[in-house]
Amino acid sequence: MRKISRLSRFNIASLTLGLAFLYLPILILVIYSFNASRLVTVWGGWSLRWYQELFSDRAMIEAAWMSLRVAISSATIATLLGTLAAVALSRGERFRGRTLFSGMLYAPLVMPEVIAGLSLLLLFVALNAERGFWTVTIAHTTLTMCFVAVVVQSRLGSLDRSLEEAAMDLGCDPVRAFLAVTLPLIVPAIVAGWMLAFTLSLDDLVIASFTTGPGSATLPIRIYSEVRLGVKPEINAICTLVIGLIAVVIVIASLASKLSSSQGESAAPL
Amino acid sequence: MSARRIFARPARLAAIMPYVWMVLFFLVPFGFVLKISLSQTAIAQPPYEPVFDLTQGWEALKAAFAALSVDNFRLLASDDIYMFAYVRSLTVAVTATALLLLIGYPIAYGMARLPTRWQAVAMVLVIVPFWTSFLIRIYAWINILQHDGLLNQILLALHLVSQPVVWLSTDSAMYIGIVYSYLPFMILPLYATLAKMEPVLEEAASDLGAPPWQVFWLVTFPLSLPGVGAGVLLCFIPIVGEFVIPDLLAGSNSLMIGQTLWLEFFTNKDWPVASAAAIVLLVVLLAPLLLYERLQKRQLEQGR
Repeated sequence: MRKISRLSRFNIASLTLGLAFLYLPILILVIYSFNASRLVTVWGGWSLRWYQELFSDRAMIEAAWMSLRVAISSATIATLLGTLAAVALSRGERFRGRTLFSGMLYAPLVMPEVIAGLSLLLLFVALNAERGFWTVTIAHTTLTMCFVAVVVQSRLGSLDRSLEEAAMDLGCDPVRAFLAVTLPLIVPAIVAGWMLAFTLSLDDLVIASFTTGPGSATLPIRIYSEVRLGVKPEINAICTLVIGLIAVVIVIASLASKLSSSQGESAAPL
Repeated sequence: MSARRIFARPARLAAIMPYVWMVLFFLVPFGFVLKISLSQTAIAQPPYEPVFDLTQGWEALKAAFAALSVDNFRLLASDDIYMFAYVRSLTVAVTATALLLLIGYPIAYGMARLPTRWQAVAMVLVIVPFWTSFLIRIYAWINILQHDGLLNQILLALHLVSQPVVWLSTDSAMYIGIVYSYLPFMILPLYATLAKMEPVLEEAASDLGAPPWQVFWLVTFPLSLPGVGAGVLLCFIPIVGEFVIPDLLAGSNSLMIGQTLWLEFFTNKDWPVASAAAIVLLVVLLAPLLLYERLQKRQLEQGR
């Protein structure tokens, strides 16, 4: 009860303005994607015209398909590697090279993308690797596994370790204790990590521009080159579709975490 | 041996695969950037003279070392364009981070004071835009800020201006874009520290007669400094190297370092100079990066 009275008028105003600032631009974009007029700023009534034009744009469809494939594969590899890294960091106690390991994992979270993109490209050129799907996937995996590691590590840090210790006292070996006790409890974090990796990959322009090859543009690369030429209603439409896809991903992620956290709670008393 | 230590052994083994991956795709590539930043530009594919070729033995290696050149770095230091770009990047990052703190703090503070049930909702609302595409969010602003865009239409309708204001290709547009894109990164760490704070402390201060601004300045703000530090670093470091936002929203007369690197690489095809620019950028950001890593480590590994 006290907490409600602590909320001043200033608090409410800054919250409202802040959220409006975050959401209005996206809302406007979505609304204008259904605009019948070619002039982006004149409202000509509701229409699906730009979505129809979008689906006849082969280059855009191919870029979207490429982006989806990259996002799914890189998110999957990144989730595997990131989870392993998180387990090692939060349960491995001390080991040789630990500082370097955690340093390499935390740096990409803030490292400017131009540096990461350029350095990976130079590696691929030196290895004489053919640039395209796999080089972008590897680049995105490297970036996003760090995000997965942080998400999973913070969940592991908040877990009660006596649960897995109890399993071991009852005769489980460490691997079984992990699989039977720890893993089910961190599933929500792993799912959230995958979703985060997926959206980060779907979103990335800079690293993909460096590491892709001719003829395999991703969706952001395609959107970027169109946006540089100015605002077009078709771009509003494709952006709305991407936002819709991400919204679905977020809903699935929160449902999954709710489902498994309620399972976790009911399993805990056992 | 305790269960904890027995558990640790296979857990350490889990590090092998991600470790190898990060060395191969994160650490080793920096070696290549350094190597190419020291080689000569050549009109070839790839467009640089190879620096060393280990297959050709010791003599060749010695000759290669003799041919290493710091010309690219000398060029960066002598050409005003690059100096301006570094100075501008730092200025923009400092200004934008200050703006983010000024705008983000009241929002985080408001969130922390919501009833607990609503705090979770507010947090989701702040995180969701972070999940929507970066590029799309910038594009949304181009829609609004363009010559006959919504902002000018509103300003004209309210008779605040007599003719459309030029927003695009200005620094104001760039700052709007940066603040918009990075706001969640500022709010979340601030909110995390503010929400953990004991409300009793603020109440005690005001019971002892401190006016609200003094309660804030002497109690709340100092206690939230860890969150301020995390938020500032989380925004400052990537903004220095930002490419997309200044490229799409700011004018082209003064470039940030991320843009010059991009230009050297994609337009001028001068890979050695681009690599040298990346090395300098990395050196500039080394101190904040190390600071950020220490914060991150402490936060994730506290209570161990």
